[in-house]
Amino acid sequence: MLGEQIIKGMAVTARNFFGSYVSKERLTTVQYPEEHLVPKENTRQFPFLVYDGDDWEKGLRCVACQICEKECPPKCIYIVKSKDKKPDYKGQPQLYPLTFDIDISVCMSCQICVEVCPFESIKMDTKFELSTTDRFGDLLLTKDKLAKSNRYYQKLHPQDAADSDAVIAGEKAKATAKVKAAAEAKVKADAEAKVKAAAAAATAPIAAPVPATPPTAK
Amino acid sequence: MSPFFIITAVVTLLGAAFAMSLRNLVHCALAMAVAFSGIAALYLQLDAQFVGFAEILVYVGAIAILIVFAILLTRSGEAPEKSVLTSCWMAGIAVSAMVFTMLGWAVLNSSAIPKETPPAPVATVKNVGDALMTKFVLPLEIIGLVLTAAMIGAVIIALKEESKNENSGRKP
Amino acid sequence: MFDKLDQIFVTALHWLVSFLPEGLRPFVSALICIAFVMSVFPGVFALTTVLERKILGRIQNRYGPNRVGIPFTKIRLCGFGQFIPDGIKSLTKEDIVPRAADKVVHFLAPVVMLIPVLLSYAVLPFGKHMTITDYDAGLLFFFAVGGAVEVSVFMAGWSSRNKYSLLGAMRAIAQMVSYEIPLILSAVTVVMIVGSLNLNDIIAHQNQYTYGIAHWHVFTPWGLVGFVLFFIASLAESNRTPFDLPEAESEIIAGYFTEYSGFKFALFFLGEYLGMFAIIGLGITLFLGGWTSPVSFLTWIPSYVWFLSKLMTIVFVFIWIRGTLPRLRMDQLMNFAWKFMLPLALINILVAGIWHYLGAGALRWLVCSVIIFGAYAVLGRGLMHNQKFGKRIYRYAE
Repeated sequence: MLGEQIIKGMAVTARNFFGSYVSKERLTTVQYPEEHLVPKENTRQFPFLVYDGDDWEKGLRCVACQICEKECPPKCIYIVKSKDKKPDYKGQPQLYPLTFDIDISVCMSCQICVEVCPFESIKMDTKFELSTTDRFGDLLLTKDKLAKSNRYYQKLHPQDAADSDAVIAGEKAKATAKVKAAAEAKVKADAEAKVKAAAAAATAPIAAPVPATPPTAK
Repeated sequence: MSPFFIITAVVTLLGAAFAMSLRNLVHCALAMAVAFSGIAALYLQLDAQFVGFAEILVYVGAIAILIVFAILLTRSGEAPEKSVLTSCWMAGIAVSAMVFTMLGWAVLNSSAIPKETPPAPVATVKNVGDALMTKFVLPLEIIGLVLTAAMIGAVIIALKEESKNENSGRKP
Repeated sequence: MFDKLDQIFVTALHWLVSFLPEGLRPFVSALICIAFVMSVFPGVFALTTVLERKILGRIQNRYGPNRVGIPFTKIRLCGFGQFIPDGIKSLTKEDIVPRAADKVVHFLAPVVMLIPVLLSYAVLPFGKHMTITDYDAGLLFFFAVGGAVEVSVFMAGWSSRNKYSLLGAMRAIAQMVSYEIPLILSAVTVVMIVGSLNLNDIIAHQNQYTYGIAHWHVFTPWGLVGFVLFFIASLAESNRTPFDLPEAESEIIAGYFTEYSGFKFALFFLGEYLGMFAIIGLGITLFLGGWTSPVSFLTWIPSYVWFLSKLMTIVFVFIWIRGTLPRLRMDQLMNFAWKFMLPLALINILVAGIWHYLGAGALRWLVCSVIIFGAYAVLGRGLMHNQKFGKRIYRYAE
């Protein structure tokens, strides 16, 4: 019958219309400035620098290796290395960045800097309401604006932060294990040297014009 | 000679004059539409409501559109190169003025025009309808037949072109 | 008391005019009526633009505009103040006229669209004794000035010297002319039964009540079919979806008013919506009883309130259809007009004649319903049968 499907279609739209007043889940709109959509975990906007602990300068993980600066496709990162060193989470003295600038008007959020960083120190933030009236000054984020604590990172991307913490813990454990092994090896080597010296001293008067073995444990 | 009549008459005559003399053909068609509506206004002033509205409905709403379509489908509507007046326009004006005076004198002095104006006939829609159904029913039916024949002819002409296109398009 | 409320505009008009001498009275009365129409209907137009956006939004599972209420304050009014910034925007945009355009015709096209549309409000009865000019041939006047809109569409399309505009104008005129025929033929059935072209007579014929229900024409078989035909044809006359091919943005980039910007575009928009209200008003007068109430115990509500509420209901149905149906292609549109609506309108005229001659009683209801719905089913089947669904054949490419 001609027109039957039209009436059925109009019934569907009528249900949508009247239903939108009755049940709120028919309306999929999020009224933006007052309500926000919950972002997914792997949302990304612009990078930030992670610091451990409470002091952002002392706990900054970045060691100014400049790998992210070289790999960044639009070259939006600018790093100036420091002259002195400070110890990092493994206990080794490392350089730190004096200046670390990211120009977010250039940054294209490709995440390459995050992927290549060996020190888990640069990660992606999710904030996008960054519009300002100063086109050049306010869109250049400096080190103090970029540094955010590890607790913030854990809240933002829980899974990624857990992974990154596991990596760091792994590295630390390896480092302490290495130190321990080195210490043990040293103790063992000292003991062996002592034994060898005692044996050499016992056999020394019998062999007369034997070239003198240099002393070992020095 | 009320002011309304003078205004309407001037508008009609100007429309007709522009319809003859403008360079752009589409402008001429639009000026003719203005002249038609002027004539409709004259009918309305004579209290002939049905004829006035039918004039707008038929002439402005259909015939002007038809003329415009005809212009657009056959010519490009660009301005002509030479002037709209022919080279011997003075002779044309003289001849037409002479013909007009002769005809006017003949019509005015004929016996068809009564010396005193008769009372205005009643021309309501009901009277027009009654007349069409009783006194003028044969012309009405013949006009209907002619219109039907015209429509069928138009459909046949359009159909033939389509089938010709089909035949020429199918050949590999 | 309700009678006084009903006639409040008429008495106000008479009171205002009584201050003047006899000679000036018709002019000032006409001027006041014109001012009334020019203030009320553009106001309804403004309201309708916001309503359309909100209703379409709700149909499409989103909010419509819901922030702009009273400007410069925080009062939201659910977004109904949106027409104020829209109006300011269209007034302050730059008025671009293409260099090759025909300036005079380009300028006059919106004016020539608005004048017939506003003229057609002169014969609509907004309430009891509230017709501005009560012509004997009022219905014919309405259709006559409705036909003059096509001239303006052509002027707009041709003067822009733009292929899209010209093509859109040709399509729009073809569509309007094709759908005028079922429009007028469905109105002819009403004229046949009532016996007069005067709109107030048509309303008076519907102003009778049996068992509390009014004698609206839409409650009769020929009237129902006539109303549906009139409704569909008025959708096509006002270029609304599903018949908005001549002005659809994705099809032809706004068609005949592509080259219009700023205030001229606003005038076209205004003219289109006012034309929509006028033709809905005529449909209400012919089939839905004009300013009468449907049930006899609600006649105390003032007549203009009834007219306005019927108008807004049908505008809601127009918007509802816009949110539901996809656009018809040009050939589908023409097929529908000439192969379905025209035969159905002619059969409707036949049925109205049978209705009149069978006299009052149950027999005429039965006979007329059978004939008209049988014709509808047969024509519908014929229309759907002609659609060849299958592998597409390219006539010129093979």
